[in-house]
Amino acid sequence: MTARIIKGHVGIGAPVTGPALVAADNFSARYDLDRINGTFSRPSHQLFGQSYLGKVLVLNIAKGGVATAWMLYEMASRGKAPLALLLNYANPIMAQGAAHADFPLIDRFECDITEVIRTGQTVSVDPSAGLVTVQD
Amino acid sequence: MKLTDHEEAMLAGALGEPRKLALEHQIKVGRFFDAADMVEISQVHIMADTEALGEAGVQFLERIAEYPEKDRQTIVPTVTDPRGADFNAYKRLKQEESWISQEGRTIEAFQALGVLMTDTCINYQVVIPPVLGEHVAFGDTGSSIYTNSVLGARTNFEGGPSALAAALTGRTPRYGFHLDEYRRGKVLYALETRPQDWADWGAVGGIVGRDMDSYWTVPVIAGVDGAPTSDELKHFGAALASFGSTPLFHMVGVTPEATSLAAVFDGPPPAPIRITRADIDAFYDSYGVADDRLDVVVFAAPQLSLFELQRLGRLLDGRQVHDDTTLIAATSPENKKAADRMGMTAQIEDAGGILLEGVCFYQMHAREIGDANGWRRLMSNSAKIVNILGGYGYEPVLATMERCVDCAVAGRIVR
Repeated sequence: MTARIIKGHVGIGAPVTGPALVAADNFSARYDLDRINGTFSRPSHQLFGQSYLGKVLVLNIAKGGVATAWMLYEMASRGKAPLALLLNYANPIMAQGAAHADFPLIDRFECDITEVIRTGQTVSVDPSAGLVTVQD
Repeated sequence: MKLTDHEEAMLAGALGEPRKLALEHQIKVGRFFDAADMVEISQVHIMADTEALGEAGVQFLERIAEYPEKDRQTIVPTVTDPRGADFNAYKRLKQEESWISQEGRTIEAFQALGVLMTDTCINYQVVIPPVLGEHVAFGDTGSSIYTNSVLGARTNFEGGPSALAAALTGRTPRYGFHLDEYRRGKVLYALETRPQDWADWGAVGGIVGRDMDSYWTVPVIAGVDGAPTSDELKHFGAALASFGSTPLFHMVGVTPEATSLAAVFDGPPPAPIRITRADIDAFYDSYGVADDRLDVVVFAAPQLSLFELQRLGRLLDGRQVHDDTTLIAATSPENKKAADRMGMTAQIEDAGGILLEGVCFYQMHAREIGDANGWRRLMSNSAKIVNILGGYGYEPVLATMERCVDCAVAGRIVR
């Protein structure tokens, strides 16, 4: 069994391990999610219809508005947050939401994170070191 | 991060637990973005609609509000973004009583903190517009982009928890758009047609916003012949910020930091990306629908200015919205009172429209009220709202205000 370690910027939140859900698409909790059911609800999103529960979400950039800053905390309180979020580029809203919810978030990787992780792979996320380990 | 003695004292809890918690939050965010220190801010705009807050968020605010008054009071003027319910209209919209109760609790908590309940996303038009170079902490992407771009003040997107933290500490981490180097142009667009309508300006904002590859990409728009109006720039900025998560644009010859192309680019400007009338038309067409059914027409996102309310009032005056269609407009509480006084509310409501105050359509449980009222096909002149509501189960259509009103009166989508 080999593992690949990918380096990003130091992130926010506690370490976590879980299966990846990956798309070369963007992310906003308000615009893209059915937060009650834990699925992607925006028809034009590449993950439309898929459940993000229990998944390490791997997406391109943060898009949309400011609501995610509150929503991650609210989603986590109901057990309806993803396990972690890995983005090529977060924005302040994702960082603020992660800080408020103590939610695992890393961005600014040494490579395009959506190209090096595949859906279903098990990934370990260590925000305090800014490291992601992909089990193969 | 380098902290002042005052900030160290705050972090040690000498100014009370809420300010300590707030600064801890800000340091986490500051470290994420490599902020060297904090910057003092002069005012805060906080987004906290109950749809985003949920029960957990409301309880969080209530916990802060329970601290002693000297510890919990905001120390810079703090105003609010639209709320999730208009107490005078929620029954007409079939909003659930539980949300109304959460709204009341949120307002009570905010008032205990000394927050001014302005309930508006157009605070730059109806409250106190910041000035060139002023550092602020604004939530709502539309308010932030207008403030950064048109006014030349300085803010990042400050989501609710961070805006609240800034209100309690009077400062925010110094990163991103507080810094000169982040405010430089990155990409160039040449506008080769003059947008003719607020919706056209929103479409141009959407076209540019869709291209943006991160929060840090600053688009520069050239070719604008003569200053657009505040409402035109409002629709342009709101759509750009919504489609792109973009907090700043420069418009050469219009916005204060863009006196020339050379003033906003380091080195030679990049090759321009052209935007033509055909691009705007294609943007409208991207929201095409298969039939002419029309459930609801919405004018919001951003809330309507007094001038937009006047135009809507005139368009609806003496006409009747069709029984098959609901027409909703949303504005700030102050503009609503002005509209009451100046006759626009009567023009809109006599025609069968609903004029809401202190709310915005997408911030009031749009999915659930859509289900409760049977609204699926939605028409708006706001590119921002058509962008958001696709994810809420709606089939949105973008059109000018005139066409939206004509369709609302016809009860179906007419050409």
